[in-house]
Amino acid sequence: MELLAFGKTGWGDELFIATLMTIAVSITAMLIGFLFALIFTPLKLSKNKILNFIGNSYTTVIRGVPELLVIYLFFFGGSGAVMFVASIFGYNDYIEINAFITGSFAIGIISGAYSTEVFRGAIQSIDKGQFEASQVLGLKRFAYFFRVIMPQMLRLAIPNLSNVWQITLKDTSLISVTGLVEIMRQSYIAAGSTRDPLFFYSFAAVLYLTLTFLSMKLINRLEIKYSRGF
Amino acid sequence: MITSLPKLLSATVVTLKLLSLSLFFGLFIGLLFAILRLNKNIFLNKFAYGYSYVFRGTPLLVQIFIIYFGLGQIEYFRSTFLWVVFKEPYWCAIIAFALNTGAYTSEILRSAFQTIKPGIIEAGKSLGISNKIIFYKIQIPVAIRQSLPAYGNEIILMMKGTSLASTVTLMDLTGVAKYIISTTFKPIEVFIVAGGIYLFMTFIIHNLIKFLEKKYSFN
Repeated sequence: MELLAFGKTGWGDELFIATLMTIAVSITAMLIGFLFALIFTPLKLSKNKILNFIGNSYTTVIRGVPELLVIYLFFFGGSGAVMFVASIFGYNDYIEINAFITGSFAIGIISGAYSTEVFRGAIQSIDKGQFEASQVLGLKRFAYFFRVIMPQMLRLAIPNLSNVWQITLKDTSLISVTGLVEIMRQSYIAAGSTRDPLFFYSFAAVLYLTLTFLSMKLINRLEIKYSRGF
Repeated sequence: MITSLPKLLSATVVTLKLLSLSLFFGLFIGLLFAILRLNKNIFLNKFAYGYSYVFRGTPLLVQIFIIYFGLGQIEYFRSTFLWVVFKEPYWCAIIAFALNTGAYTSEILRSAFQTIKPGIIEAGKSLGISNKIIFYKIQIPVAIRQSLPAYGNEIILMMKGTSLASTVTLMDLTGVAKYIISTTFKPIEVFIVAGGIYLFMTFIIHNLIKFLEKKYSFN
């Protein structure tokens, strides 16, 4: 237990901050994923063949390629790409993107592909009558999407989104390869300096289990809340 | 871009070996734990549930690190014959993958066993077939057929999971891709080639499962 003490003698406070970092990256990545889903779900549902192709290739490529490879692409290619864009605007200095942004963006793109699939499935399983009814009532496109489709879609999507959340949370452990100090990286550092890898990696496993357990409890509550009246 | 292809292709062999071995062992582990989950003995049942909960609730990376870096720390463990296997990163990776995919497979098979129509088993019983033969000749084949689509997804997830072998010094497809990226500094080109190989494998697995589904469909 000495190893987990807070303060200078133990690793307790470092691991606590690392856990907060994991939560922060997961939430950021999940939100970035929602943004991507918001763009790509309409593309996947679109009748236009080209738009449809773009939507489908996004989800197929991201779901068929290992997460680690995507992270390496962003880690090694990220600052190059940003510098290229910046050079168009006449800024030629070296730009370094921090590991948090690279990591949450990489995980966000992956999480977005899964979210897109979930939202597509949810929209497709909404009763056709709902679409027709809102047309008949003459609702504007905006009101029709946010007032009629979205609330129903969310209810259907929550159980599957909880899976996406679990995948995202576990994927953040891979960002440790870029040097961002989250649970995995901190355990690696601690294991290296104390020569006690078994203890620290097992403790990391316990931390992840706690996070997944707590988030499941929370999501179950949301699920009950949103399925009232059904 | 083209020059990296031979290296990446030979690394693909490593990935495929890792994948097939872990799936092979994982299937047995999965079947064992699925049977334990259906057992009426509450301890065996809880044990199997705990196993799948822990392995599905923690990242694969943690599992590999515990097995590769962690187990070697125990003095007693190093003196046993098991150490011959556990000192190799290759086998550590396979053991971690097999245990991980075993946990997911056990859930897939369990739900397949539970959704078998009771009529099928009753039909077997009324024909006077013994319980053992009902299990091996009726329940297991039907369960395997029902779990094919979900198991196909698991194979693809596992294929992506093998990329983590590169974190324990193994040069699989992702490991070699990372090496080439960090020496040539051409991330996009290498990503396209390596990603293309992975996508091709996904495509093959997807179609293979579809073919099997059609072949063994009930109609």
